[in-house]
Amino acid sequence: MSEKIATREAYGKALVELGRKNKDVVVLDADLSKSTKTALFAREFPERFFDMGIAEQNMMGTAAGLALGGKIPFVSSFAVFATGRAFEQVRNSICYPRLNVKIAATHAGITVGEDGGSHQSIEDIAVMRALPNMTVIVPADAVEAAQAVTAIAEMEGPCYLRLGRPKVPVIYDNDYRFRIGRAHVLREGRDVAIVACGIMVAQALAAAEKLEENGVSATVINAASIKPLDEETILKAAAETGAVITAEEHNIIGGLGSAVAELLVEHRPVPMKRVGITDKFGESGSPDELMKHFGLTAENIVAAAQEVIARK
Amino acid sequence: MSDYQHLRDKAQTLRRHIVEMTAAAGSGHPGGSLSAADIVSVLYFEEMRLDPDRPDWPERDRFVLSKGHAAPLLYAALAERGFFLVEELKSLRKLGSRLQGHPDAKHLPGVEMSTGSLGQGLSAANGMALAAKLDKLDSRVYVLLGDGEIQEGQVWEAAMAAAHYRLDNLVAFLDYNGLQIDGPVDEVMSVEPVADKWRAFGWHVIEIDGHDYGQIINALEEARGVSSKPTIIIARTVKGKGVSFMENEVGWHGSAPNSEEAEKALAELIEEA
Repeated sequence: MSEKIATREAYGKALVELGRKNKDVVVLDADLSKSTKTALFAREFPERFFDMGIAEQNMMGTAAGLALGGKIPFVSSFAVFATGRAFEQVRNSICYPRLNVKIAATHAGITVGEDGGSHQSIEDIAVMRALPNMTVIVPADAVEAAQAVTAIAEMEGPCYLRLGRPKVPVIYDNDYRFRIGRAHVLREGRDVAIVACGIMVAQALAAAEKLEENGVSATVINAASIKPLDEETILKAAAETGAVITAEEHNIIGGLGSAVAELLVEHRPVPMKRVGITDKFGESGSPDELMKHFGLTAENIVAAAQEVIARK
Repeated sequence: MSDYQHLRDKAQTLRRHIVEMTAAAGSGHPGGSLSAADIVSVLYFEEMRLDPDRPDWPERDRFVLSKGHAAPLLYAALAERGFFLVEELKSLRKLGSRLQGHPDAKHLPGVEMSTGSLGQGLSAANGMALAAKLDKLDSRVYVLLGDGEIQEGQVWEAAMAAAHYRLDNLVAFLDYNGLQIDGPVDEVMSVEPVADKWRAFGWHVIEIDGHDYGQIINALEEARGVSSKPTIIIARTVKGKGVSFMENEVGWHGSAPNSEEAEKALAELIEEA
């Protein structure tokens, strides 16, 4: 876990690999290609890269048209703009006609950092998850992000891939295989299950270590595939541990926590707590400062775990 | 004029379908369907390269009905062109029908793009035109915009992009009938000077009477000769065209005729044909 790579960096490189293998892959960006790392693709395949300028709504619609012309468009911008500014285009021009457009949005969550709350998407998982036909993937590290690029290109239909700005710990080695609709159990325990996504998977693993020191045995599940959710794996963990924590760099309303709560309340109600941003907008600061400020650390997960275990 | 009798006949047939379909559905948008019937008749029965037996033929031309509320017009043209049986037109807006209130590309052959939320069709048409250029196909892409619709900001994002990417395989029609739901376009939110706006965005602009077949056909011919630029044909039209009591009446934007009104409208359309 010593190496750190940003998921957007992994995305940019994976996209070039994909472009080499598949001539139908085209990439669109809205004047952020250096930040989203689609500039790497643009450099190698200038004829298949379209800078659409600062106009996200038109970018989504153009991607829809390219998909109708048999292309596999990857569309990138910051998560706030891809899912917010262009929400209705994603809904009506991409999801409603079920077009093969891949929205790979970077700078998701509060770890955008100093740019502040206007640029920190805390609701993107919620709004993308609520769209019929949409697949939602939140990779935990660079290895998973790269694999997710391949996986979403191989499936037919709209996808939302949520990527981050800062360098984050590499959890997986290259033998790991990400699959859409499958969660990955990183650690098995008896007392509590921590279901996490994105950068919170590393925090969940750190929390499990700390819990173990206190004699608490925790399961850690990476639920990168938020939609479709791996219901079987999560329900099994709930049954085995009897207490569930979710952890995400997102509002506790509508994201992974909600998805897991919806599942548990219908099939296996157990004490549960959602670790995430508690219905607030972000603000300026360094990513590490903001993780502490908004309660997204391993310590916050440990405290939540102790709380739910006490409620069993 | 008689040269275009077959197109005039087709347009009148489309108009009759529009009246019958909306009357049977008890809802829908006859006004803006009737105004564009002559343009769509030229596109589907003269201009476009299509094969109803192969709706996915890669080398076909594409039509995007950006003003998706004119769905009855599109459905009538597709049925008359042989994409599905004319009989199916009766199912408009009914539960389980492929003829949704606004076009749904997933289910109905010949519908190239799901539209209805205004301002989105030109972007999709741009994407289709880009894809054709990437594949070195000589397919052309046609898109029909409403005059009220161009109040949407996305239209101008798309206008800028079409010129930037030199989409000379793209032709837009503006159905300039001058009326939108809340009243005359000039009073609700003026789009003038509309020709200057498109010119300033880098488009080749042609202004015509949208009910004059010679002008529609000549404009399309002129567009074929334009290189490195998209073309917009600004077509002055009459909302409700062909049905005397619907013409230039804003109330017929989004309400269907009852059976008596439908009968009267059909009698006029048959007489004219």
